Amino acid sequence: MGFEGIGASVKRKEDPRFLSGRGHYTDDINRPGQLYAFVKRSDRPHARITSIDTAAAKSAPGVVAVFTGADMQADNVGGLPCGWQIHSKDGSPMAEPAHPVLAVDKVRYVGDPVAVVIAENRQQAKDAAEALAIDYQDLPAIATVLDAVKPGAATVHDDVPGNQCYDWHIGSKEPVDAAFAGAAKTVKLELVNNRLIPNAMEPRAAIGDFDPSTGDYTLYTTSQNPHVIRLLMGAFVLHIPENQLRVVAPDVGGGFGSKIFHYNEEAIVTWAAGKVKRPVKWTAERNESFMSDAHGRDHVSTAEMALDAQGNFLALRVKTLCNMGAYLSTFAPSVPTYLYATLLAGVYKTPAIYAEVKAVFTNTVPVDAYRGAGRPEATFLLERLVDVIAHDIGIDRVELRRRNFIPVDAFPYQTPVALQYDSGNYFATLDAAQKAADVAGFEARRTAAKAKGKLRGLGYSTYVEACGIAPSAVVGSLGARAGLYEVANIRVHPTGSVTVFTGTHSHGQGHETTLAQLVVEQLGVPLSQVEVVHGDTAKIPFGMGTYGSRSLAVGGSAMVKAMDKIVNKGKKIAAHLMEASVEDIEFKDGKFTVAGTDRSKALAEISLAAYVPHNYPIEELEPGLEETAFYDPKNFTFPGGCHVCEVEIDADTGVAQVVNFTAVDDIGRVINPMIVEGQVQGGVAQGIGQALYERAVYDANGQLVSGSLMDYTMPRADNVPNIHVGTETTLCTHNPLGAKGVGEVGAIGSPPAVINAVVDALRDYGVRHIDMPASPQKIWSIIQAGRPRAAAE
Amino acid sequence: MYDFAYQKPGSLADAVKLLKGDPEAKALAGGMTFIPVLKQRLNKPSAVIDLAKLGLSGITASGNTITIGAMTNHVTIATNADIKAKIPGLSEMASWIGDTQVRHRGTMGGSLANNDPSACYPAAVLACDATIKTDRRSIKADDFFQGMFTTALEPDELITSIEFPVPEKSAYEKFRNPASRYAIVGVFVAKGPAGVRVAITGAGQGGVFRHKEMESALASNFSADAIANIKTPADGLNGDIHASAEYRAHLIGVMAKRAVAKAAGR
Ligand SMILES: Cc1cc2nc3c(=O)[nH]c(=O)nc-3n(C[C@H](O)[C@H](O)[C@H](O)COP(=O)(O)OP(=O)(O)OC[C@H]3O[C@@H](n4cnc5c(N)ncnc54)[C@H](O)[C@@H]3O)c2cc1C
Repeated sequence: MGFEGIGASVKRKEDPRFLSGRGHYTDDINRPGQLYAFVKRSDRPHARITSIDTAAAKSAPGVVAVFTGADMQADNVGGLPCGWQIHSKDGSPMAEPAHPVLAVDKVRYVGDPVAVVIAENRQQAKDAAEALAIDYQDLPAIATVLDAVKPGAATVHDDVPGNQCYDWHIGSKEPVDAAFAGAAKTVKLELVNNRLIPNAMEPRAAIGDFDPSTGDYTLYTTSQNPHVIRLLMGAFVLHIPENQLRVVAPDVGGGFGSKIFHYNEEAIVTWAAGKVKRPVKWTAERNESFMSDAHGRDHVSTAEMALDAQGNFLALRVKTLCNMGAYLSTFAPSVPTYLYATLLAGVYKTPAIYAEVKAVFTNTVPVDAYRGAGRPEATFLLERLVDVIAHDIGIDRVELRRRNFIPVDAFPYQTPVALQYDSGNYFATLDAAQKAADVAGFEARRTAAKAKGKLRGLGYSTYVEACGIAPSAVVGSLGARAGLYEVANIRVHPTGSVTVFTGTHSHGQGHETTLAQLVVEQLGVPLSQVEVVHGDTAKIPFGMGTYGSRSLAVGGSAMVKAMDKIVNKGKKIAAHLMEASVEDIEFKDGKFTVAGTDRSKALAEISLAAYVPHNYPIEELEPGLEETAFYDPKNFTFPGGCHVCEVEIDADTGVAQVVNFTAVDDIGRVINPMIVEGQVQGGVAQGIGQALYERAVYDANGQLVSGSLMDYTMPRADNVPNIHVGTETTLCTHNPLGAKGVGEVGAIGSPPAVINAVVDALRDYGVRHIDMPASPQKIWSIIQAGRPRAAAE
Repeated sequence: MYDFAYQKPGSLADAVKLLKGDPEAKALAGGMTFIPVLKQRLNKPSAVIDLAKLGLSGITASGNTITIGAMTNHVTIATNADIKAKIPGLSEMASWIGDTQVRHRGTMGGSLANNDPSACYPAAVLACDATIKTDRRSIKADDFFQGMFTTALEPDELITSIEFPVPEKSAYEKFRNPASRYAIVGVFVAKGPAGVRVAITGAGQGGVFRHKEMESALASNFSADAIANIKTPADGLNGDIHASAEYRAHLIGVMAKRAVAKAAGR
């Protein structure tokens, strides 16, 4: 056994299972007597349901039941709840229209569930669904945020005039207006953050199981947070108390945020299982994923910076219009507000910031958190704006950044938009990235590319994000309807092996390894003797799951606290066994030693004594060696860094290819460098996807045009270069690990680096900004329009 | 998919008989197009007639002709030594279709019968002036392709092989749809017994077509320069979320020049 503790690149414990096809995913689970559900979805973007005739479907072969929204309503099933309430500028609460599990009266997006058919097998359920006679009366549909706010626009919800969910703001308007009035220069940029479709490898699936003898329900589901699903579905939708509802999220094949939310189908299969008294399984087909998994991003913004004569940022003004889709998904309202606008200071010491965010409903799939959630939108806006400022006022873009960076000695740094950054060193990550990316050699590479007919550009992004979500009281004051602490239970078994029960959930991140390494480090137990259990409300304590890069910073910190308790109790047992005083017992490398002597007891001896308490201080100490700790973070964590991207553009076709990518991030303490590298690379691949390829397209009537992988471009291996990953560390100052989080940095930092590189490559063609994705046709049009100018120069 | 009967006849005659006897029956080759269509319930055949056991796969080279069995898969075409040496444009085309799995299943016969407007092989067949052999006749490429997803085949007619006259020079250039990786614009250039022929796939509203203006320019001067100033009109070209008709028109020029330069250098 080599070194396996904090800092070791040990191989992932879960990989033999995944790589040999032995993962156990929701769809791999089959319950005795299981039935299959097919969800009939609206093919209309917006329509009144005039009638649903289920008779033919009900009598089709193999059909056990057909349910509609009316059936659920009659059974007192609640709507899907929203977990975050935003208040508008004027103090009024956001519009929170009803979100029925199965549509009632109206359908509001293509994909909106209308009915469910439950049959002996999938084919029969699908066959019968074709026999459903649903009459619609089409209504005018709204597909984009710009259309939603037009005067006289059709309304998605009758009770939401103007389609406005909220009109929110943050920061102070007056100082910003004053700074603009007195500024030497102002720069303005309008930009779009493209709508994305998550596309986790594993489509969503859910199995509802009901035991008529006890009245207990079990839901197996592709979720990032089983306890949250149990709470939301049990308390608000189906009215089942916790003791009668178990939620299991087994192996989950990627989430990227899209599996945080409580979805219609989870409630459908659980409720239906109770009705038909047999297990009911639903598995999405890929085309259903496109029209039912929450989408991401979808902002239209205006950003303006006021500057002094030296290029110092004086004030930032931002106006954003964002899309909620047709209904509020679980955390949707928080994403473009507290996860977005609070990040608008970025890495800069801009003294005054004012942001207004208007959220609107449209006849599209609900939009919610997607890897980075709000922070990629803020980073894209800022890092594009900074490059445009450099362009407009003629300052070098790196010099402009350095001039405005928050100084190293200014931490903790209070931004004008609520957050207080605990630590960071943006100069260090920039320097290291420039070196690793060989920026000095770029001009030579550009010249060489030109000789091959290629336009080569280099782009930067210097960013910070806020994760490690989150201090409960703080988010509560901002509208969260949940606590965001984390919990761990550490069970040392009689022979000294350890099981960790964590409230976080691993769906590809490698927690079974990273979290186990914390145990290796703190308790000195070999990795092979540490097991990490997650994803089952019947096993794990009430934790909040995994999103917002919180599992290590928050969940890991809870583990540290629980292990502190284990060590403290172990010391008492050791003191008893070795007839020493507790104060003299030291714990190190898995051994309790009487200070200054060679007398010691291994952890396994202590745990055995704890479970076989023959010689044991039974009067003062309970037997057993198991501890639970809840950890509520004191602040967000603030990973940041610098990404440098190089692209080459084929001037004849407009195709841009990322040829070099360097990410130097400050993620605080690194537990497993190999896993960190993988997390950053995956995130950057997604960022490259957003920047160059991905785009959810609705036509003007609300039909999803990019509804399959034939038209929605996911990045593939040949679109992604070898990504160089480096770290420059400042520790988080407020959690015991010093960890900041790494899950989202790649997707947050990278998109503007790519677009800045594209714009740089096209610098001779008179382009100031290009929206994502920078598709070949878009780039070609710019080259066409700019050719005369380029030739003249 | 809907229920259907499944048949795997052992002879061409039996297969044709099954198709003739049941107008709702459909042939299955590699299934790379057909099976997704079935899964999406876009087609409801009464029977699926699997062509796997008809002995229709294999490649033979004799004299100035290469004959490819209809059931020959893409990977076989891509790696065949005769094709590599004699029709390198076809070899590279096959190697760029789909992914490894698709190339091991998909067949030339299936692709031609389907005549997807963004499929690749139609361009090779048309540019090389190949002949499509069926269970009952021979059809020249110029007569075979009749618009999007439409061919000269009778409903119960099966392609058995494709005969390629070996061209002196050939090359294929493909501008991929970034999502599906099918052709947004594919240009196959062949200089062969029938002269220079340039076939464009992916771009036309009516499917694959010949670019006559380029062909005549190249007839006298087989070089990229000869077509450098030819502007392809956007009328009649496809437009979608990835590429407008104008952009496709431009790409035809770029891809054609690259294909000619590559072919000329071979
Ligand atoms: C992911 C993916 C990517 C792809 N990329 C490309 C690409 O880049 N370029 C490209 O050109 N293609 C591409 N294809 C399509 C691929 O080449 C298919 O193999 C081809 O279109 C159909 O061939 P098949 O053998 O699978 O035919 P099938 O799917 O079995 O059949 C297709 C149709 O042809 C009929 N048919 C089949 N054989 C015969 C015959 N001998 N006589 C008469 N009718 C017949 C069938 O009845 C059916 O209607 C791709 C496919 C996939 C799945």
